[in-house]
Amino acid sequence: MLVLSRKANEAIRIMDDIEIKVLAVEGDQVKLGISAPKSVDVHRGEVYEAIQEENKHAAKPVSAEILQAFINHANKAST
Amino acid sequence: MQLETSYLGTVEYKQEDIIVFQGGLPGFPEETEFILLPFNEQPPFFILQSVRTKEIGFVCINPFLFWPDYEVELADSVVRQLRAESEQDVAIFVLLTIQQPFSETTANLRAPIAIHAKKRFAKQLMLDGERYSLKAPIHMAAKGGR
Repeated sequence: MLVLSRKANEAIRIMDDIEIKVLAVEGDQVKLGISAPKSVDVHRGEVYEAIQEENKHAAKPVSAEILQAFINHANKAST
Repeated sequence: MQLETSYLGTVEYKQEDIIVFQGGLPGFPEETEFILLPFNEQPPFFILQSVRTKEIGFVCINPFLFWPDYEVELADSVVRQLRAESEQDVAIFVLLTIQQPFSETTANLRAPIAIHAKKRFAKQLMLDGERYSLKAPIHMAAKGGR
């Protein structure tokens, strides 16, 4: 991992079109400003990781029989 | 063409049925091509089946049938990434995590799947804020919970 030290109002550039700027450092919080093209997704790390984790749970296969039983259960519950 | 699936045995599909997730889904960066199959002709339940990996098939639903007031705001950047012209071109699904007992099954309302219905580009979104849960209990949906 590349490690860079930055002070408030200093920035990091990634490629030609992404800039991450340290806007403020307050106690144990750092406020970052991120400028990137709209095609670049920017997310908080823990949110992204939680979605990764949930996708892995969702992909855990149950059998077709269990899925059918679940659907029967869900249809019954919704009527 | 034929595809082996996780839930539906071997199915027939055409090239134009393939839905492309550029960059895959979070946790599955290599799974970029999927087919959306109705499960046993029982809408609103669908299988989002990976073309590459037989074992990867997500169970998904149309969330609006279960959560009528569910809202997904599509950022311009998402509409553009899907090559859509407007929000109307985009269909929304959510992934289920089937649990036993079934009452513990949850839907991921925080990270819905957006699919351009015609052009077959798709993306898993990450909605801002805390309004929707990654694990919304589906048995609560009938009672209006989220």
